[in-house]
Amino acid sequence: MTEQDKPTAPAESAPQPPAAPKPPWEEKPVTPVPHDAREHPEVREIAAAVPDAVLEAVEFAGQVTVTAAPERLAELARACKALGYGFLVDLTAVDWQARPEGRFDVVYWVHRHADSRRLRLRVRVAEGVEVPSVTGVWKVANWMEREVFDMFGIYFADHPNLERILTWEGFSGHPLRKDFPIEGIDTGAAVYPDVFPPGGGPVAGGEGES
Amino acid sequence: MSEPEALKPFPDSEEMEISFGPQHPATHGVLRVIVKLDGERIVDAKPVIGYLHRGTEKIFERETYNGTIPHTDRMDYTAAATNNQGLVGAVEKLMGVTVPPRAAYIRMILAELQRIASHTIWLGTHALDIGAQSPFFYTFEEREKILDLFEEYCGARLTLNAMRVGGQPYDLPEGWTGRCRTFVDQLPARVAEWERLLTANRIWKLRTVGVGVISAADAIEWGLTGPPLRGSGVKWDVRKVFPYDRYDEVAFEIPTGAGGDTYDRYLVRMEEMRQSVRIVQQCLAKLPDGPVMAKVPKVIKPPKGDVYFSVEGPKGELGYYVVSDGGTNPYRLHVRPACFINLQALPEMVRGQLVADLIAVIGTLDIVLGEIDR
Repeated sequence: MTEQDKPTAPAESAPQPPAAPKPPWEEKPVTPVPHDAREHPEVREIAAAVPDAVLEAVEFAGQVTVTAAPERLAELARACKALGYGFLVDLTAVDWQARPEGRFDVVYWVHRHADSRRLRLRVRVAEGVEVPSVTGVWKVANWMEREVFDMFGIYFADHPNLERILTWEGFSGHPLRKDFPIEGIDTGAAVYPDVFPPGGGPVAGGEGES
Repeated sequence: MSEPEALKPFPDSEEMEISFGPQHPATHGVLRVIVKLDGERIVDAKPVIGYLHRGTEKIFERETYNGTIPHTDRMDYTAAATNNQGLVGAVEKLMGVTVPPRAAYIRMILAELQRIASHTIWLGTHALDIGAQSPFFYTFEEREKILDLFEEYCGARLTLNAMRVGGQPYDLPEGWTGRCRTFVDQLPARVAEWERLLTANRIWKLRTVGVGVISAADAIEWGLTGPPLRGSGVKWDVRKVFPYDRYDEVAFEIPTGAGGDTYDRYLVRMEEMRQSVRIVQQCLAKLPDGPVMAKVPKVIKPPKGDVYFSVEGPKGELGYYVVSDGGTNPYRLHVRPACFINLQALPEMVRGQLVADLIAVIGTLDIVLGEIDR
């Protein structure tokens, strides 16, 4: 490991004489590269079911990601369910801050039990844009969307109960946004302004408190 | 309320709302459930979580990839090995690293021992909640032996931090495999002993059969994974569907239940312990020689991209979604917590049942609040 102290770019490979093939764990890692996946059977299935909704389809490390516009999401989710993707594995968001196509990625990861296929749906949304809720399609999305709302401040239209879930009601700010300070905020002042003066709250208070 | 009339013994009965927890031993942590009761019947239940929220996903973003591993230990603190396994697997997938076979086998041994340890805690506390005190003492005796094995391997008993991106930090100590074999060889007899205490026990069956029923279709709809899903009869296990490490080289069965009640989930977990013993025995027999660490750079810097990787934790599918911007820290590292999603089905499973059944259902879901709140 010593000769690899510095991180290397994939292009820079040390010249090696063609000796006996080494096992893969002694070679340099083969980093995955993204491929266009429009021709994948699963993507074609989706594209046929919901015409013109798939903006982009990429395969990376064996996983297919389909990007769509947020206004087509509800339609896309219903189509996925109809195609057998009955299990919503995961739902989360990523904050890209100043990205021109929209600040957030909302990511859905769906699974089909019949042939164990998985597909990732991604919508790019700008700050303040509502994303249609998929709780009507997969019940499990309820808490997942609440978590995304709590952590990123993304609103889901038609969600039955869009409340904070991990932080408390009255908490101000959305912790997983990139502009939320990692050391926390003065929650005391935010919730009890008459008890704690600004800057004097119990979380990020003055000296000796952290 | 649109409750069936049969559930209301008195037409003018009043609904009462009580707060169960957060400080209650049967909630397995700090879970609060706002229960709406009609006498002894549960009309509705609403879990309130977040008391243990530490912002783990935010902390991940400031750590290096290997630096995030100790934080995963503290999510589901009864199953640190499988938490580590998921995280390193995700980063390895993102980087395209192949782990040496010996490291993969050590990971499987640790993960399966961890599954047994987690299930022993579940059995002990679940039985204790329901009113059977003795299994607790028997199961914790065996768990102690597993923790001793962990301690000998990596120095820690609970928060193992026992895996690294690219392989294992240490090889197995001298004589460890022999002691591990002694342990797993005697375990099936212990499991049979616990089963003798409970499986045919009339009180146990009265408290678990037909309690917290969820159908297979509902279980999938609510995203249940792990024993709660298998208890409903869905034969689905990440280790079989998307084999990671070397799970495709060992033989094991996926136990399933039929009725989807608390008793079925109990039987599933008991059988899972036996299957884990089988896996560990095969791993010890096949354990290859060789290095335990792949050739990875000291500074882990995966390429730009995102990857989801999941393992079968003792509680269900534990997934990690890693987004890298090419830097040394994860840009975003999201955890798909099995307990969080399993707990969501709680109101569905307890509606119309007795308030005492709530304890049984919380126990059978086998939740750990450290993972739910993160």
